[in-house]
Amino acid sequence: MVIHVGYFSLVLTFLVALYGAGAAAYGAIRRKTEFVESARHAMLLSWPLVTVSVLAIVWLLVSGDFQVRYVYSTTSNDMPIYLKVTALWGGQAGSLVFWSWLMAAFASAASLRKWDRDRELLPWVVVVTMVTLAFFLSLSILFENPFARMWRTPDGSQVTAMFQHGGTMPLIPIDGRGLNPLLRHPGMIVHPPMQYLGFVSFVIPYALAMGALITGRTDDRWIRISRRWTLVAWLFLSLGLLLGSWWAYDVLGWGGYWGWDPVEVSALIPWLSATAFIHSVMIYEKRGMLKQWNMVLIILTYALVLFSTFLTRSGVLSSVHAFAESAIGPMFFGFIGISFIVSLFLLMRRWGALRSESQLHSLLSREALFLLNNLLLIGILVVCVWGMLFPLISELVTGQKVTVGPPFYERATAPLGIGLMLLMGVAPLSTYGRASWKPLVRALLKPLAASLLVPLVLALRGITNLGALLGFWASALVALVTLYEFWRGAVARHRRHGEILPLALWRLAGRNRRRYGGYVIHLCTVLMALGIIGIEIYQTETQATLARGEQLTLGRYVMIYESLAQFDSPGGRHITRAVVSVYRDGKYVGEVYPRQDYYYAPEMAVTIPGVRSTLEDDLNVMLVGWEPIPTEGTTFKVILNPLVNFIWLGGLLFIFGTLVAAWPDRKS
Amino acid sequence: MHNTPPFLRILAVLLLVTLLAPVPTAAQDHEPTDDEVNAIAKQLYCPMCENIPLDVCPTQTCRQWRETIREKLAAGWSEEQIKQYFVEQYGASVLATPPAKGINLLFYILPPAAFLVGAFILLRTLRSWRQATIQAEPVVPVQPEDPYIARLEEELRRRDW
Repeated sequence: MVIHVGYFSLVLTFLVALYGAGAAAYGAIRRKTEFVESARHAMLLSWPLVTVSVLAIVWLLVSGDFQVRYVYSTTSNDMPIYLKVTALWGGQAGSLVFWSWLMAAFASAASLRKWDRDRELLPWVVVVTMVTLAFFLSLSILFENPFARMWRTPDGSQVTAMFQHGGTMPLIPIDGRGLNPLLRHPGMIVHPPMQYLGFVSFVIPYALAMGALITGRTDDRWIRISRRWTLVAWLFLSLGLLLGSWWAYDVLGWGGYWGWDPVEVSALIPWLSATAFIHSVMIYEKRGMLKQWNMVLIILTYALVLFSTFLTRSGVLSSVHAFAESAIGPMFFGFIGISFIVSLFLLMRRWGALRSESQLHSLLSREALFLLNNLLLIGILVVCVWGMLFPLISELVTGQKVTVGPPFYERATAPLGIGLMLLMGVAPLSTYGRASWKPLVRALLKPLAASLLVPLVLALRGITNLGALLGFWASALVALVTLYEFWRGAVARHRRHGEILPLALWRLAGRNRRRYGGYVIHLCTVLMALGIIGIEIYQTETQATLARGEQLTLGRYVMIYESLAQFDSPGGRHITRAVVSVYRDGKYVGEVYPRQDYYYAPEMAVTIPGVRSTLEDDLNVMLVGWEPIPTEGTTFKVILNPLVNFIWLGGLLFIFGTLVAAWPDRKS
Repeated sequence: MHNTPPFLRILAVLLLVTLLAPVPTAAQDHEPTDDEVNAIAKQLYCPMCENIPLDVCPTQTCRQWRETIREKLAAGWSEEQIKQYFVEQYGASVLATPPAKGINLLFYILPPAAFLVGAFILLRTLRSWRQATIQAEPVVPVQPEDPYIARLEEELRRRDW
């Protein structure tokens, strides 16, 4: 019953979405507002309808209806309830419905907006969102049906189908296979939803851009409407990436927070073009320039979002994320191709109309520096795309399989990354329009001199790695310039309005939310840069086999292997857990409990490190192996990551910065 | 199982192993430590599980491969020799980056080349815009040298939006 309600709700939503797209297009072309209104209602209705299906899936997951293939493959009786709920996005079929659900949520939210001033754009927003929704729903209805059940045929073989065929009997396993143990982690609750939100939310700015192209409204209306959506979408995408890397760091057990895995890279790429877009849009709003380039960026971002979803879901490039491969690959490819071509066609139609008088007075003006920012971001994007595609190219052309791993990405993106940081230190001091080099250099002189003290002091204290010194210098420059900007603005307000400095700071940020929110975000990237320098350049590790009571040394730390215990635990696992005491500079600082959880049902083991975390460093102790008699040798691997927690700290404050930037102004 | 030598001693031995040319068994007189094995395994990729470095791959096959590294280290092989052995056995995909020869040179050249092309295009575009702007405005107004005034002007302009 639940199964049928859920499936037919999907079908109904599909039909409603198609109707909405058709009615909107018809209403726009024939200028019949009643059709456009009806289409808007259809868009509004899409979310409640998909919600019915989502609730149905969650019901089936929580109640353990194992005849449903999806429930069987992602849950088992021993899983806690929260994991059964998050199994909604634990596998292919559920993920696709989850995507549709989020897409419908954004579409419905957009339909509730007051469209009176933008009657022309509304129909096309409906068309774009509803066509995309219909596509994703069609994948669920036809190919990856979360409600399909398992049946046994008379000759003993198994078949999976929505409806019972003649002669088959229901196949109802006693227990499910259970979720991949690597996914049984709090990260599972937050990372996929956030990542999908980041992807899906870009459909709104994209739809508005398409509306502008189709209706020929080459003014900035679409950008103004989408401004807050874009910032929020960008925040979700950034958080998705941060949460994913936090989860990887926590669970993969070998100190990896970013492995330049193809799926990770494919999620980074739209973020790069989106960041370029956020910056170039600011030039557009201030100076009316770059209409064509902005269109290119939003089309690119959306295409890359779909492409990234395609890579994650179709298993074309296998990686840690590849938990399924299926027939939806070609469908996806076709949809991305068609929408990209249509977008470009629409853009070409209006290319001339989008040309704006681009006023540039100086190569050192803020406009020019923002464009340099775009060049660097797109440069990193090209590196990532090339690194992802080359293994395929190599295999196609020479037949030789190659791996493109971290060394390539790190060496290729590091100079561009440093360039971006230096830019963050210089651009806030630049001005729009006429800008000669003298005032810029004058403004830069003091922070630059102060920032150079940092690598100097570090070098004197023994830090000789050039990359680290450069990184710390750039970080210092950005921090000094950005804090100086806050200081300058607050002092100006204090002089003008007599406000005490903290209040001046508050009001300053309140009046210029985007600028100061952006500055907060820049400061967050400085924090993250510190963490990245620490873990990338100064990570140390060691491994050895110890008998009870023996010790292992890494830098200032000494670890003593105290004991090992083995026992069964709820959640269907067999746990092997060691107790290791940790000494730093000879002083006892605590115990850690590295362990390995062996999951019976999927027959997989997960290594969970014992971690001692401080702002200064993370000590990860991992249980690598043990002899059958635990008092014999047990192998430990220890990884020391200096400064890594600055990455997560920066990530947390990131949210604050984006909220400041995106919060509605009291005036507007 | 052996006792764990201090970290510095491991480092010294590791240096010795990698600096000495291929020398027969006489050069090595102890069991290579896990750190020495991992230092080499870190640079290789598991040929079967995609994109997982050899030093962290938990599968049985990878464990055997690490043992192979250990044996070869004990036999006096250098790091380069061991990596070459794996390439010969399992193909170039065991290395972290494509070997720099043949078509793979294109791999290393393209990103910097693309960046330079992009920078060139950007510079030319900016220059042509600046030319057009200067030609359209023969009179150059006084440049605001004080950043405070520039900010004030900017804020005033912004109030018009």
